[in-house]
Amino acid sequence: MLSIKNLHANINGKEILKGINLEIKPGEVHAIMGPNGSGKSTLSAVLAGREIFEVTQGEVTFNGKNLLELSPEDRSREGLFLSFQYPIEIPGVSMVNFMKTAVNEHRKYKGLEPLSASDFLKLMRERKELVEIDSALTNRAVNEGFSGGEKKKNEIFQMAMLEPKLAILDETDSGLDIDALRIVANGVNKLKTPENSSIVITHYQRLLDYIVPDFVHILYQGRIVKTGTKELALELEDKGYDWIKNGE
Amino acid sequence: MNPIPTTQKEELISLYLNNLDLITENSAEVLNHARQEGIENFKLLGFPGPKSEKYKYTKVEPLFRSDYEKYFSPRKIAFKVDDIFRCDIPALDTHLALTLNGFYLSNPTMLHELPNGVVFGSLAEAAKKYPKLVADHYNTIVANDDDGLVALNTAFAQDGVFIYLPKGVVLEKPIQIINLLMSDENQMVQYRNLIIAEERSQANIVICDHTLSPAEFLTNVVTEVVTKAASNVDVVVMQNQHNQTTQFSHLFAKQERDSVFSSNTISLHGGIIRNNIHVLLNDTNCENHTYGLALIDRNQHVDTHSFIDHAMPNCVSNELYKALLDDQATGAFNGRILVRKDAQKTEAYQSNNNLLLTADARMYTKPQLEIYADDVKCSHGATIGQLDQEARFYMQARGISEREARLLLMFGFAHDVVGKIKIEPLRERIDELVNKRLRGELSRCHSCPMHCC
Repeated sequence: MLSIKNLHANINGKEILKGINLEIKPGEVHAIMGPNGSGKSTLSAVLAGREIFEVTQGEVTFNGKNLLELSPEDRSREGLFLSFQYPIEIPGVSMVNFMKTAVNEHRKYKGLEPLSASDFLKLMRERKELVEIDSALTNRAVNEGFSGGEKKKNEIFQMAMLEPKLAILDETDSGLDIDALRIVANGVNKLKTPENSSIVITHYQRLLDYIVPDFVHILYQGRIVKTGTKELALELEDKGYDWIKNGE
Repeated sequence: MNPIPTTQKEELISLYLNNLDLITENSAEVLNHARQEGIENFKLLGFPGPKSEKYKYTKVEPLFRSDYEKYFSPRKIAFKVDDIFRCDIPALDTHLALTLNGFYLSNPTMLHELPNGVVFGSLAEAAKKYPKLVADHYNTIVANDDDGLVALNTAFAQDGVFIYLPKGVVLEKPIQIINLLMSDENQMVQYRNLIIAEERSQANIVICDHTLSPAEFLTNVVTEVVTKAASNVDVVVMQNQHNQTTQFSHLFAKQERDSVFSSNTISLHGGIIRNNIHVLLNDTNCENHTYGLALIDRNQHVDTHSFIDHAMPNCVSNELYKALLDDQATGAFNGRILVRKDAQKTEAYQSNNNLLLTADARMYTKPQLEIYADDVKCSHGATIGQLDQEARFYMQARGISEREARLLLMFGFAHDVVGKIKIEPLRERIDELVNKRLRGELSRCHSCPMHCC
């Protein structure tokens, strides 16, 4: 599904990603962990198509297409979804208008007619229940005045609406209390199918109790320095990152 | 004969003197009574000149070109109202008042008198039928000795729209005033509106400015709104003329105790627009809302000057102006709030936010807060910026194209102001017009044959 080969990326001339290699197959859940500043968020931003990062080397294919040549919106329409670490507030743009535009742009890309207003609202209702998001939130402007937890739930709601093939959850657990974490993780798990995959970027093993990964990768200084199974996350929790940093 | 005029000012003064008979004949005594003072003031003040701080960003005199035709009696243009105007806003059932080139258009009468005592129609006609009522209010709150353009209007205005709301009457249906401009020649139009809201009366008023022919027009219009104790008047103005027009619009409101006055001016099309809004909070516990939105591109110019005068204690005013400027459009906002010495416990808020879509667009903004009382809550803020890149990327990351993302952001920016409109079908329709405007489509309602721009 996703194949990253020797990916290098810069911001303002400073190299952040220094040769990432990663293969993700349909149905797999990959966790990426790593200390602050290791390049986790840069990786997700580069995959989503953020212009401030410059890819200097390497290639990324997503479902057979050269991902790096696609615009951010086409990446989304191809089935890539980034759950933002810090979701953006957009005053004046209602959730309904935002989601309707997004869903219909996805449909147009697939050659489908736009959803009727009633079908769209029905879809919203279903997906809201699935991720246990408060109805009132979707009547408001996008993320405006949402609490940290509400913003993260809203990301998962958007994911439920867009049904991506590959979801990148960038520190979706940060700023969440235990209840919100459970709701968010349940939402992700309910959306899981044998075909779709996810990349879970996190600092803490706690999230991986809920979203169980098939693989755990440790990112350090712009490279994946260790790959293992979920036990690796437990080991990290136990020992911290020092043994990685010290190159043990 | 008067000497041959050499300036626009002299030309207009001599035009006045040469046509005074015709002007008075096609108006009413109350209006005629005020003319002399008007022209005297205009002689003294002239056009606001380059040194006028208030008109710093709009050069007035060159706009009063001599090639505009001026008519002092309504010209007979045969058409059926239904052929040119059909408002299909669902559930927006309104009382319709029409003017054509500044004269009230009979539809089918010049003055409507509703069973509940509400009167609306031609100002000249009302001044003939109710001379005392009109005389008691006409020309009482305008700044004739301060702004030459207002004085000029007082000298020349012959007709316009009159609205009277009797004590305690709550008018359910909004009154919709459609100002039409239609002519084969370039034309200058000056007219006057007077709205009187008696104690505890309430009404919503929608004013739409349209052009029906491609000729160039210059409009200089004064609207006076008198809101008496505990009355509530809400005015929504849609400026949607074509881009070869120039408009000077002066709105004066005087609020009495416990009254609420709201105005929301939406400028979509029009070449050069100058909006002056002057609100006097003349007694305690008044509430004022002054909102405005300008969506402009190409060489459009929209200049707003507001003056909220807190003369008495315990009043609240809330002001929000937004402008979105594309291409080489230019705009100006000067919002003055005056809190006089006696106006303790005043709450006055002002906000002016502007988005520039190109490097060539220009916006000049000047908030001006003058406070002479010591127990007040006031704030003002002005911003000029670009579309939020972070928000744009966020939307693109959800599959929304860059163009749609920009449109959604612009629409969201504008909706802040449109959302203040209380009448839901009107709000929805204006949202739709704003959306069309932003997409570069004709901002007119699809089933209305009127070509607004």
